[in-house]
Amino acid sequence: MAKKTPSFNTNQYLKMELLRFTTAGSVDDGKSTLIGRLLFDSKAIFQDQLESLEKASRLRGEEAIDLALITDGLRAEREQGITIDVAYRYFATPKRKFIIADTPGHEQYTRNMVTGASTADLAIILIDARNGVLTQSKRHGFIASLLGIPHCIVAVNKMDAVNWSHEVYERIVQEYTAFSKRLNIHDILFIPVSALQGDNVVEKSRNMPWYDGPTVMHHLETTVITSDRNLIDFRFPIQYVIRPHQDFRGFAGRIASGIIRKGDEIMALPSRKTSRVKEIITFDDRLEEAFESQSIVLRLEDEIDISRGEMIVKKGNQPWVITGFEATICWMDDQNELNTRTPYILQHTTNTTQSYIQKIRYKIDVNTLHRQEADSLKLNEIGRVIIETARPVFVDSYKTNRQTGAFILIDPHSYHTVGAGMIIRSAENHSMDIFSLQKSSDVVFENRTVTRIMREEKYGHKGAVYWLTGLSGSGKSTIGKLLEKKLFDEGKHVYLLDGDNIRHGINGDLGFTERDRYENIRRIAQIARLFFDAGFIVICTFISPRQEMRNFAKSLFPEGSFYEVFVKCSIDECKNRDPKGLYKKALAGEIHNFTGIHQEYDAPQNPDILIDTEKLSVEEAVDMLYGSFI
Amino acid sequence: MNDYTLDHLKQLESEAVFVIREAAAQFERPALLFSGGKDSICLSHLARKAFHPGEIPFPLLHIDTGHNFEETLAFRNSFAKKMKATLIVRTVQESIDQNRAEEEKTHNPSRNALQTITLLDAIKEFEFDCLMGGARRDEEKARAKERFFSFRNSFGHWDPKNQRPELWNIFNGHKTKGDHFRVFPISNWTELDVWQYIALEKIPLPSLYFSHKRKVLVRNGMILACGEYVYPDQNEKAFEKKVRFRTIGDMTCTGAVESTADSIGDIIAEIAGTRTTERGTRADDRRSEAAMEDRKKQGYF
Repeated sequence: MAKKTPSFNTNQYLKMELLRFTTAGSVDDGKSTLIGRLLFDSKAIFQDQLESLEKASRLRGEEAIDLALITDGLRAEREQGITIDVAYRYFATPKRKFIIADTPGHEQYTRNMVTGASTADLAIILIDARNGVLTQSKRHGFIASLLGIPHCIVAVNKMDAVNWSHEVYERIVQEYTAFSKRLNIHDILFIPVSALQGDNVVEKSRNMPWYDGPTVMHHLETTVITSDRNLIDFRFPIQYVIRPHQDFRGFAGRIASGIIRKGDEIMALPSRKTSRVKEIITFDDRLEEAFESQSIVLRLEDEIDISRGEMIVKKGNQPWVITGFEATICWMDDQNELNTRTPYILQHTTNTTQSYIQKIRYKIDVNTLHRQEADSLKLNEIGRVIIETARPVFVDSYKTNRQTGAFILIDPHSYHTVGAGMIIRSAENHSMDIFSLQKSSDVVFENRTVTRIMREEKYGHKGAVYWLTGLSGSGKSTIGKLLEKKLFDEGKHVYLLDGDNIRHGINGDLGFTERDRYENIRRIAQIARLFFDAGFIVICTFISPRQEMRNFAKSLFPEGSFYEVFVKCSIDECKNRDPKGLYKKALAGEIHNFTGIHQEYDAPQNPDILIDTEKLSVEEAVDMLYGSFI
Repeated sequence: MNDYTLDHLKQLESEAVFVIREAAAQFERPALLFSGGKDSICLSHLARKAFHPGEIPFPLLHIDTGHNFEETLAFRNSFAKKMKATLIVRTVQESIDQNRAEEEKTHNPSRNALQTITLLDAIKEFEFDCLMGGARRDEEKARAKERFFSFRNSFGHWDPKNQRPELWNIFNGHKTKGDHFRVFPISNWTELDVWQYIALEKIPLPSLYFSHKRKVLVRNGMILACGEYVYPDQNEKAFEKKVRFRTIGDMTCTGAVESTADSIGDIIAEIAGTRTTERGTRADDRRSEAAMEDRKKQGYF
């Protein structure tokens, strides 16, 4: 007779949160054992499954139940003794329901790791304490970071096999912490465990009194995940139009991000037609407001024709509507490599369109994170590409929105899903919105009684701008300062704009995000323009890593008065010089987004002046610039 | 609601509604596989929610083995009417009569394997390109790797080694003519989730799920209901017991559990405390350890 369990509380069950996590590690790390342990100790394994596990374990000649067998699904895999696909497992505690995406950790299964990571709130990365931080441990961290998983547990497993050594654990923590600074994961927790014996998985370990942090289960149950969601940018991709009769037209979809309220002013993309929200409908209720992840039907005040694949947003908060963007993609096809001639089907939210990979900027070695030149991407390779679409897509950067920043590529012949992509930025106008607001073709300030020409005549020389671009440590500042001195000594009106007087002053409010970097350059260029208008020779020494930044600056000045000066020096030599110790800090992870380490530098293709500081002395460089002025 | 979070059941509901709408939008001729069991009832309920205030824009398809419980069939007919959904029924008996399928030559033959033939014939007949089902990943090991959108070739076969990767919630339903998809909107639900949802939504169920007195026999450790297709052989004895069914399939292979649970609340408490998976009551899975995987490859539900 089945027994009733009075301890079970229905109301409590209804209030549970859902947490999706992924596990990465290879066979030997004990990943399957860890999951088995979580399921076993949380009593998510049923008696009959246990019996069939015993049977299977016995068949394999093992005495104790092999917990790893719980998560090994398909027979072929069981025979090979490895997991080869993504398997989903479920268990619940009174606090949360968990969905585990269990994926294999070998490099050839990067595809599966990416798949498992795409929906995860949290990643568990396993490190075998006996082996320390291996290449693959780093790979797993990199993929978790790439897919934007906000939380991470690094489980240092098999502590039983290293005598529960605090020292071994600390060494691993330190090494991995140093590495993880290069990643984009902000919440990393280290836990020493023994999945085999159950230490710190569900129950606290008695063997490691030196560890006073939470167990794996405790952390899974308590990590705050509600703040991971994007509740700011309302994005509503239309799935289906519901028209039960002439007078009703409802737009069905699941809110990708943000919040919508009755009466809100909306805009439909790509038509840009506007209206207001008349009703928010679900089967159960008419709602006053709805938010991220709710499936709803929207009714609008006006009859606007919107169909599947289009998007409803708020007028004051729009995504990029573009036909070109830069993205990171993971190639998933084992039949064909990525090529730039195939018109792939791009699926983004509910929208599909044809697309071409216009250019592969580079591929990333998933083990070393180094960039390599590439003409193509093979199965499991990850690369940075420029994509062009036949029709506009409505996208955000993956960083700000995991729903509207993600897409897949489908082979037009086999219809296989061949690529998974994460959008980085628009390729049409990378942050050019900053520039376009300000841009003016008119370089002469009108209605002035004193003009630049009058000033130049009085000073006896023309105004000019020398824009020195190059890596940190290439010698820009040194050359700039000496050139300023030389011109000044000769009685010229000259002024040097550099990091010291700009970053600490007018641009002190800016950080190092992509957007701030553009704003930084915009302001510098505008300041240079004022000095130029005042008849000065302006020397600007800034890394200014993007060609479009420099093009923008150049566009503010009359032809022949702006010199793009490429101060050329190899990255190795710059690292070697490292005058401010910045490379060292960047490599140690103390500085983020450092050009040459974390961000690439677009070397000028056609600079007005090229100075190779590995070949020229500072004096020679200054003379060369000076010569060009005369 | 003011913290803008959904509890896990509402999350699962929203996800299922999203998947059902995707199926309806991406395919030309979808259908919902309706068995009369709680999972497909739950799925139909979700489908109604997905298209409200419109009606479900696809038919319900029932493959009737002829070995169904009477209660299931009666429920099926009234439920479809209530949902205002079109119901299509195709029977295994027809397939046998047309010599498309052959009955097992054993005592109390099972028609479980035969329904695959009837199903594939129905797919051809109606040119269905998508069948939605109430299968869940927690049911069985082979299903843990099943996709939401599961590709089937023109023979209805599933190739577990060659599945399309499924990322985020972007579902790739592209296919060539003749191929079709199985779509599983409640993939991420567990048995307990389904029961909790039924309780929350007050969804009606066939009486078989609730404790009742019935004539049964015990075969291979399973309690089977006696009837036209299941009757005792020389060594077996029929007797009366208070039982209920955790799943509903054919009478020949669906085992009952002894239970006094006669309300949904009781059932939930019983499941929460139970130590046997629901598929443990299905003889069709017990035949071999990899039984489900083999049947799925052949195009089973």
